Amino acid sequence: MESTIINVLLILMAAAVTVLARTRNLFAVVVLFSIYSFLMATAMVALDAVDVAMTEASVGAGISTVLLLAALSLCRSQEAGGGQPTWLPLALACTCGLLLVYGTLGLPAFSDPDAPVHTHVARRYIELGQAETGVPNTVTAVLASYRGFDTLGEVLVIFTAGVGIVALLRRRRAGGGGR
Amino acid sequence: MKSYLILRVVAKLLIPFVLMFALYVQFHGDYGPGGGFQAGVILAAGIIFYALIYGLADARRIAPDWVVELLLAAGVLLYAGVGVAGILLGGNFLDYFVLAADPVRGQLRGILLVEAGVGMTVCGVMLKIFYMFAGRGEAQR
Repeated sequence: MESTIINVLLILMAAAVTVLARTRNLFAVVVLFSIYSFLMATAMVALDAVDVAMTEASVGAGISTVLLLAALSLCRSQEAGGGQPTWLPLALACTCGLLLVYGTLGLPAFSDPDAPVHTHVARRYIELGQAETGVPNTVTAVLASYRGFDTLGEVLVIFTAGVGIVALLRRRRAGGGGR
Repeated sequence: MKSYLILRVVAKLLIPFVLMFALYVQFHGDYGPGGGFQAGVILAAGIIFYALIYGLADARRIAPDWVVELLLAAGVLLYAGVGVAGILLGGNFLDYFVLAADPVRGQLRGILLVEAGVGMTVCGVMLKIFYMFAGRGEAQR
C-alpha cells in the first residue's frame, strides 16, 4: 500500500517535471514548482519523515512560491528566447540521472536495520536520546542538542543569505536615488 | 488585492490560526514534528499572506523593518549566546548540561532557547527577503 502511494506520487512528480520543462509561461512554471513541492512533501509523509515534509511544504511550496511570484512581478511572465531545442543539456541531464540511478544500486536496501547509517550513532540517539535530553522527538534532540553545532552553522547560513540580500538590494536603491 | 472582499475576509479568518500554528510548531517541536525552522517559516508566511492581501505598507506597520532586522540578528546571537553561556557555566561551547542544576532540565532549557533562536532568525530572514523583493516592485511602479 505504502509503496503504491509513493509510486503514484513519483509518477505525478515526473509528470510535473516534464510539463515544467516544456512550459514557457513563467507563472505556470511557478505554480508547477509549488505542486511538485507539495507532492514531494506528501512523499515524505508516506516515508514517515514528518519533519522534513513540514519543511518541504512550508519552504518549497510556501515561501519559494511567494518569492518567485514576487520576482515575477518585476519581469515579464513569458520566457524569452526559446528557439530550437538544444540536445546537449538533455543528454547531460539524462547521463547524470542514469549515473545516479546506477549509484543507488550500491546502496543498502530501504530501511535495512544493518545499513551503516543505522549502526553508528543512530542507535544511541534512539536508545538514550530521551533519557539524556528529556525530549521525546528524536529529530529535535539530534538537531538542537547532539548536532547543535551543525544547526548553528545552518542558522548562520540563513543569516548570511538575509544579510546578503539586504546588502545587494539596499545599495541598488541608494544608487537609483530612491530614498 | 485590497478590493477582493472574499480574499480579505478569508485572510482575516485564516491568519490568526496560521500565527497560532506557528507558535504551536515552535513550542511543541520537542514532542511532535516541527521546530524553530518550520515555525519561523510559518510565522513569516502568515505575515507575507497579510502583505499580499492588504498591501506591503500595512504589513510593514505590523512588522516594521527594524523589528524584522532585530529578529534576524537576535536569533543568531541568542543561539551563540546559549553556547557561550555553556562555557561561562563551566562546560563546553553549546553544552546544555550545565545550564541547570539537573542535566536533563539543562538540556530542555538549552533546546528551547536554541530553537527560539532558529525561529527568530528564519522568520526575520524570510520577511526581510520578501520586503526587499516586494519593496523594489513598489518603488518602480
